[in-house]
This record gives sequence, structure tokens and C-alpha cells, in this order.
Amino acid sequence: MALTDRVPKNSGWRLFLQTVVGRAYPRIIGLLRELSWFFFEVFLPVLSVAAYVFIYRAIGAPDVYIGFVVMGGAMTAFWLNILWSMSSQMYWEKQTGNLALYIMAPNSLMAILLGMAFGGLFSTGLRALVITLVGTLLFDVSFEVSNYLLLFAVFMLTMVALYGLGMMTASLFLLLNREAWHYANLAQEPVYLASGFYFPIKSLDFWIAAGASFIPLTLGMDAMRQLSFSGGTELGFLPVQTELAILAGLCVVFLIGARWLLGYMERLAVREGRLTESRR
Amino acid sequence: MLDAYPTITLLSLLTYPALHLGKKDYMDLAIHTEKLARVYKLRGSKKEEAKELVALRDINLDVRRGELFGLLGPNGAGKTTLIKILTTLLAPSSGVARVAGYDVAAEPEKVRPRINMVSGGESSGYGLLTVRENLWMFAQFYGIPSKLANERIKQLLEIVRMSDRMNTKSSDLSTGLRQKMNIVRGFLTDPEVLFLDEPTLGLDVEASMDVRNFVRGWMEGNRDRTLLLTTHYMVEADELCDRVAIINGGQVLACDTPANLKRQLQRDVIYRMEVSPLNGLQPEALEALGGVRKVSHEPKDGAAVLELILAEDDALGSVVNTLTGKDIHILNLQKREPSLEDVFVNLVGHSMKEAESGADGSSS
Repeated sequence: MALTDRVPKNSGWRLFLQTVVGRAYPRIIGLLRELSWFFFEVFLPVLSVAAYVFIYRAIGAPDVYIGFVVMGGAMTAFWLNILWSMSSQMYWEKQTGNLALYIMAPNSLMAILLGMAFGGLFSTGLRALVITLVGTLLFDVSFEVSNYLLLFAVFMLTMVALYGLGMMTASLFLLLNREAWHYANLAQEPVYLASGFYFPIKSLDFWIAAGASFIPLTLGMDAMRQLSFSGGTELGFLPVQTELAILAGLCVVFLIGARWLLGYMERLAVREGRLTESRR
Repeated sequence: MLDAYPTITLLSLLTYPALHLGKKDYMDLAIHTEKLARVYKLRGSKKEEAKELVALRDINLDVRRGELFGLLGPNGAGKTTLIKILTTLLAPSSGVARVAGYDVAAEPEKVRPRINMVSGGESSGYGLLTVRENLWMFAQFYGIPSKLANERIKQLLEIVRMSDRMNTKSSDLSTGLRQKMNIVRGFLTDPEVLFLDEPTLGLDVEASMDVRNFVRGWMEGNRDRTLLLTTHYMVEADELCDRVAIINGGQVLACDTPANLKRQLQRDVIYRMEVSPLNGLQPEALEALGGVRKVSHEPKDGAAVLELILAEDDALGSVVNTLTGKDIHILNLQKREPSLEDVFVNLVGHSMKEAESGADGSSS
């Protein structure tokens, strides 16, 4: 084909799919090209996990708590990915000039965010898996999965709801400037506490736990712990089926919310001139 | 009165089509704007009342399909704001803008498949991806099938002499090579209307020449494609553009072919005079002399360069007398043909550099 010939272009769902794959690509390839992640994103979380493990062992907590901590340590990777590579990503994209190119292209911004989500899910999933394996081997964790299918369903729903939340908050970050960094920082540590990353959420006050259930990882982790460890059910916050239903509801709310909010925020940003200008 | 003459004529010429175009006619134009304006609200802090900055006012432009159209103006003139509106990134405060026949505010989804944009000094893409991967990624966002995208990437990189860098990480590229990659990104998607916003900004002479040659070659091979180029390099606009709009302070001051714009000054005589320091003499004092139409000046290596637009050669005598009376020595004197810079000086009253240094530092 000569360079001056007209270029055939896909539209509709083909364009959507191409955009998702195109945007997921840098995240997946980045994992292979920058191996430093193994130190920063596996070794360091394992150190945090180790601290909790030693505390639980020192106070004579049941063995199931060690499993809870390892799982929580692995799931922190997803929360960090949502905060720094989904929500605040739009701010970075604005700084580099990519955001303008994304908006100006004929694809939908939803496809860009989905690509980011799929890429992030893949790379973070691998990190979480490595943390789980290393933590399990180091601290001798024993899993007793009662229902693999249900465990898989809970994990998938948790991820869909979590990345839906990430997509929704990403649209809010469209309007933010440097303060995006502070908001992401602000949401990091409190969620570790409120979502029970290192302890069963049941230990918190019911209403605090219920409020924290807005973050899909709270109920997702609680259900997965109930399904993965012997004695996990006794420490569960709500029955697994209930948590599954709530997670399904969160998926719908966050995905629809993301789509609506993204459209609204894009129009607002175009009107106010905030897609490319940080200072206006 | 003489100064107002070209402006009035051009404004009426520019406004005329806007008032008489039907829908079909809009489709025949690559770009059409009508009384387009953009006002920014600037707020220092939440307590302060918002100030208004008029970035564009009453812009009426028609760019025909197949045209290489230039927007020429100093930093802060409103060029980038206009491009942002035309590329659907910014909503106009009032007026209408159409690209490829579609309203950018009401039908952005119809405009976007037909356009692309490259800005000077942009750092788009991802540093960890290679040149080919970055370009492939952007091709995906336009729905170009992978095989075809890779084929075009190879062809375009050969043209810009970057074939050997196809598998280099973009973070390892020099500024010039990175900009060439950005240029390829813009042309890769075969847009009906391409916006190049200061594409040679920060590039060395050789890289700028490569970019200009590529742009010229592309336009020759794609007669139905339109290119809108913004620049504050007069030579670039003169060399490349079929027509040029001179923009300053958010307003289009003139719009015509470079030759016609310069023809306005053909009755005038233009001198470039290098003199010793001005010893407190204001250029306005020279402008007050009979036969002197415009004077711009800039300091150069302890001396000063005066650009004089004179109504006739005889006026030079009184200029020389005034300078020597102030003990200012003439180091060099050159008579030359009018350039777009002179057109700008004639329209605005000072040079592009003076306009930039006098701006409030805001780039729009």
C-alpha cells in the first residue's frame, strides 16, 4: 500500500477493542522491561507482612491470622495500582500531553481506562501472586479452599468493582492539578486500616466496616478469607453470598458511574479548559 | 488612516464568506470559524474575584481543503487556544468553529476521526516503549489495523531518516528525534486535517529543515489533505504556507498569501540599520519624523538593530540626521525586500520579539 493511499480505519466495537489492547500494552510490556518492580513491589510489601506476622505470633494469635496478613499484603498491590496507576494516572497523562491525544482521538476515553485497567490488572495480579507465593513459603501459610469456583467469582467481582471504582475516580482526577498527588496519598493509609488489609474486618465496629465496604477490597478480601482458610468463616463480617451480592451491586454502580462521570467530567474539562492547562 | 486600510479590507473579506455559507459550503471547507471567541477566567486564590483573559476574539477564518494554512503570531497571541478549540480540546466561549464540516463543540465525535495534532516539544507516549511501539499504540487509538500500521510506521520512519531508531526506547531519543517521532505520529493516521502547533520549536536547524521538507513533501503527495501550521518563525510560514493569518492579541489582523501580504508593503521602503547604543533615543521619536511609517528595534551585542519602514527613500535622510544629532553611529545599513516580519510590524506597530517581551508571560 502506497503512503498516499487512503488508510482504512476501524470504528465501533473494533476501535474500542483496539484501544483497550493499545493502552494495556505499555503496562504489560513495562512489567517485562523494568524488573525493578520485583524489589519495590514484592520485597517491600513482604517486609510489611513480616512485621504483622511477628506481632501476631508474639501475641499468640491463631494461625489463620498469618494467612489473612499474607492475603492482605498481596491485595495491597491492587489498591496501590488503583490509586497511583488508575485514579491519578489522568493527572500524569495530562502532564505528559497524552491526555490531549487520548481525548482528541476517535476512541472513547472509557476504552482507554479499560485498557489501563486490564494492563494494571495483569501486571498487579502477577505481583500479588508473587507476594502470596513468597509470603506463603516464608511464613508457612496453609490454604484450605472450600469452594474454588466461588473464590474465583469473588476475586473477579472484587477486581471488576475495584477497577470500576478506579475508572470512576480517574474521571474526577481529570480536573485536578498537583493536588492529585495529595489526594492519592490521603486515600492510601486510611484504606489499609478501614478495609482490614492486615486483620479481619469483623474486628472493627459494624458501621465502620459497613462504611468501608464501599471499597470493594473490604468485602472481597473478607469473602476470600472465609473461602480460603480453615476457621475463616467464624471471622467473616457478612455471609459470603451476601458479600458476593453487594460486590455485584458495586460492579454495576461503579461501571455505570464511571461511564457517566467520565462523560460529564470530560465536557466540564473541555468547557473550563482544564484538559491541557494545569493553571487555568 | 493608512494603517487601518488593509485591516478593514481584510476583515470584510474574512467576514463575507461566514455570512453567506450554506451547510453544503461548510462541508467544502476544511476549517471555518465565525465570530469565535474564548475567554479564560483566572483566579489567583479562592477569595479573589476571577479575572477575565480574552484569548481569542471574533475570529473569522476559512481554510480550504488541500490548503497549507499558517497561523503566525508571537507567543501569547492565541494560536494555541485556537488550535485547542479546533481539535475539540477546548470549548469556545462564543461563536462557531467547524472542522471538516462539523461543529467542534456540538459534534466532536465526527471531528475527531478526521483530525490529528502534533505540538512542538511534546513528550507524549511512553518512554519505556520503543519508537515503533509508541507509534503502533497511537495507531490503535484510530482503529488502523495492526499490519497496516506497522507498514506505514516503517515507511514514514524511512522518510524522516529514523529507520535505524525504530526499536530504540523513546526515552533514549534526542529532542530532535523525539519530535520527528511525534511528526510521524501525526501523519500516521492519515488525517483529513492535521494541526501542527509550533512543530519545529526547540529543534536545531537541520532537524527543522527535515521537518519542513517532510511537511512540504506530504502536502505535495496528498492534495486533498489540509494542514494548519502555527508558528512564530516568519521564515517557516513564508516558506511553507499557501496562506497565512497574522494573529496578535487574540485577533486575526490579516489573512492572505505571503506574497500578497508582503505586496501591501511594496510601495514602502525597508531598511535594516545597525547602530551604536541609542543613548536614550526612543524609536517613537523616529516614527514622528515625516515619511517614517514604523520603527522596531532590538538590542544586539551592545549595539541596536533598527528596522525602518519608510514611505519613501528620502525619509532616510531625516532619520540619519536625528541619529547623528544624538551622537549615534551607523554601523551598517541595508535596504531589503519586505518580509512577513515587516508585515507584522506594519500591522501591530512593533516586532514579534517586542510583542513577546511585552506580553504578560501567559501562553495561550
